[in-house]
Amino acid sequence: MEDLHRLLEDHDFLKGLSAEQTRVLVACVENRRYRRGEFLLREGQAADVFYLLRVGRVALEIDVPGRGPVQMESLGPNDAVGISSLVPPHREHLDARVVEPVVALAFDGACLRGKMQADPALGYALTARMLAEAYKRLERVRLQRLDVYAGA
Amino acid sequence: MAMLGVDPWRPRPVRIARVRRETQDVFTWELDAPRFTYEPGQFNMLYLFGVGEVAISISGDPERERLEHTIRAVGSVTRAMASLARGDTVGVRGPYGSAWPVHEAEGGDLLLVAGGVGLPPLRPVVHQVLRHRERFGRVFLLYGARSPGDLVYRRELEQWQKREPGLPRCTVDHAGAGWRGRVGVVPALVDEVSFDPARTVAMICGPEVMMRFTVRALLARGVASERIHLSMERNMKCAIGLCGHCQYVPYFVCRDGPVLRFDRVAGLFDRREI
Repeated sequence: MEDLHRLLEDHDFLKGLSAEQTRVLVACVENRRYRRGEFLLREGQAADVFYLLRVGRVALEIDVPGRGPVQMESLGPNDAVGISSLVPPHREHLDARVVEPVVALAFDGACLRGKMQADPALGYALTARMLAEAYKRLERVRLQRLDVYAGA
Repeated sequence: MAMLGVDPWRPRPVRIARVRRETQDVFTWELDAPRFTYEPGQFNMLYLFGVGEVAISISGDPERERLEHTIRAVGSVTRAMASLARGDTVGVRGPYGSAWPVHEAEGGDLLLVAGGVGLPPLRPVVHQVLRHRERFGRVFLLYGARSPGDLVYRRELEQWQKREPGLPRCTVDHAGAGWRGRVGVVPALVDEVSFDPARTVAMICGPEVMMRFTVRALLARGVASERIHLSMERNMKCAIGLCGHCQYVPYFVCRDGPVLRFDRVAGLFDRREI
């Protein structure tokens, strides 16, 4: 338990939470390992796990009929995967495939949502981090959509 | 600077010694131009007789005999250039413009950020750094392209990776499932690498919007604006600061650039239509 607590405190996403807040989260989390080719998320399935990556890289993919899986973005250490587990209707909208072996903090989505509702300060602190993460990703997508290399 | 010919208006005929196909629309010329010296970041005016002249950065190793240019076939002149072969002759005048401040980076960390065909103007820096590796701290090359098929110097990138794991980090905007590298925009890589912002020099070359996002990421990491250098691109004609085609408010990109320090252009960088 103490090891998990330390892993939570060390993760960039959770930096700034109090020791008590990270201790509350220990009840919801496991440290998991995934091999290359395994999936953290599958499109259409229930979104019940929120991951904080510690090591490795995953590719976020959407399967396009006739083209096969298209990689939208790859994520690595300190990134969050599975934000859908915190947002209704709690369904995955894409696949997350392991490209380089992953070690991640895996939170039970229902447990995490329960902790956030029970403690508004913790809920706000985590929601603010999710928003920052979502905004960072939105900025990247905007730049990708510009297709800046087309005329370069 | 060693000009190829005394008259800056007169191109000197130079033979193409080798053509390398980099991607579907990008190729590299090796030119026989003995005793041609230049600084990393400078450019030449390349003249295809009877067709036209274009400004192209020098992409080779400054300490090698052959002069190299990597060219994307994107306009009428460069498309015509793409049809030339070994033994053909082109006109060269140059080198022109300012250089990357490689010596300024010595003793500290160096971050090279390239997008698309922004890598060729930074390639001479990579060669210099690898030749004098002991003079620099941590060195990173962050390189973004549209797709895996658009990455230039693929073999060389692998060699640099073998020589110094982590030196090149590549990312592409779009890829199929077979690509095992990164997918995403190049400014996002700035947060992936570990460097000391107070003693880091950054050199950026690529589409202007990509450079804007990269500058923001560097400033957010604490790199001072006077330690960030950009290679600007404008339509160049005379290349010697006379005609004004490449004017960038107080600067002529051909004479004062193409390499400009960010703090000197920061006020212009977000302004439209200049």
